[in-house]
Amino acid sequence: MNDAALTQFTQEFRSAERVKPVIEEIRRTVTRPWTIMEICGGQTHSIMQYGLDQLLPPEIELVHGPGCPVCVTPLELIDKALAIASRPDVIFCSYGDMLRVPGSRQDLFSIRAQGGQVKVVYSPLDAVRLAKENPDKQVVFFAIGFETTAPPNALSVLQAKAMGLTNYSILVSHVRVPPAMHAILGSPHNRVQGFLAAGHVCTVMGYEEYPPIASQYRVPIVVTGFEPLDLVQGILMCVRQLEAGTYDVENAYPRLVTREGNPAARQIIERAFITCDRNWRGIGMIPDSGWKLRPELSGFDAEIKFQVGDIQTRESEVCIAGQIMQGLKKPVDCPAFGTACSPQNPLGAPMVSSEGACSAYFRFARQS
Amino acid sequence: MCLGVPGKIIDIYVKDGLRIGKIDFGGVTREACLEALPEARIGEYTMIHAGFALNVLSEEEAMETLSTLHELEEFEQEASLEEDGAAG
Repeated sequence: MNDAALTQFTQEFRSAERVKPVIEEIRRTVTRPWTIMEICGGQTHSIMQYGLDQLLPPEIELVHGPGCPVCVTPLELIDKALAIASRPDVIFCSYGDMLRVPGSRQDLFSIRAQGGQVKVVYSPLDAVRLAKENPDKQVVFFAIGFETTAPPNALSVLQAKAMGLTNYSILVSHVRVPPAMHAILGSPHNRVQGFLAAGHVCTVMGYEEYPPIASQYRVPIVVTGFEPLDLVQGILMCVRQLEAGTYDVENAYPRLVTREGNPAARQIIERAFITCDRNWRGIGMIPDSGWKLRPELSGFDAEIKFQVGDIQTRESEVCIAGQIMQGLKKPVDCPAFGTACSPQNPLGAPMVSSEGACSAYFRFARQS
Repeated sequence: MCLGVPGKIIDIYVKDGLRIGKIDFGGVTREACLEALPEARIGEYTMIHAGFALNVLSEEEAMETLSTLHELEEFEQEASLEEDGAAG
């Protein structure tokens, strides 16, 4: 493939002419209402950006899943990040999305405004480089995310260890998709009848974890990409299964996802992390749903290195982010949406993140 | 955060003990870590996420997807022709 081919190829997956027949096929296939959840917030934004939700037949309702790492990072950990970032001896590094996420009282931007050294990095390996260049400072990276950011975050610790750095640590808030799907489907309030699984998570993890979930809850699961054509194809495959009463795991993103995923990436994760219970902001504790550093790497664990003491968290009383991320409500059901809560003055993380459902509704002006 | 960016591997080397690639994102080049892609070669396309290459993009599978969906397009065209015929 030459460069012109890649451009053309990307355009093909965004082409309205190619998307339209798939939408028509969905229209022909559907006979009754179905509720489908796209797990990943990146998919939510793509759906809103290209107006796919408005092109689908009214029988198909898309609800938006918890796949927004910034949104599910627990408030207590954000407050800990703020306390660590306030220390004069610390350079605090983060992915950009995290800076405006509200803690109990402030956010990382306000810590920076007060003189804290808060830096946005492109990759955690950039934070390791900062640690090497600043031996008199403690460099802390806010290691949040799903299975996609786990390999680079894990590798940063392994690399810091290999380089003999003692001034690098990570504040870990890693979460995993399959336990969240169990939590959603096992809830007595569940409305989800089919899933679009997050394509890039499966690039790393493959999709061997999904058949037991599909069988247990009798829901079809379709591994889906991020371009408009990927999304409508995933929806079509899901609708065909729903109409046929089947509940298989299918792959609509084979150009990047294989059944076994990327074993080398998973090996990097396993060398640094072990699974643990994890609290999800707005949703609560989900057993075995996270990763934490292995005990032998505890010297790189910022929570252990910086004992920040008891944190008294204070969550917004109005924000319904948790219900939105479980597919129970839509952003526009929130009384604060677009009024007391906006990207400039967010009450909850989904209004901030480029993967948050509230931000997608606000940005692309959805009122229903 | 799960949105990756596709790019072309234009160089591969070792830096600080890590396998690193120079990636061309349609004219802009940046380094990315290729530790999870021990077999990736110069000239291949990959999906980069947080400075880390997640997998090599399969051109063959991409074309297969487009070709399957192209059949739908043809079906759609035939269906609309039939509808036009019925209306006429």
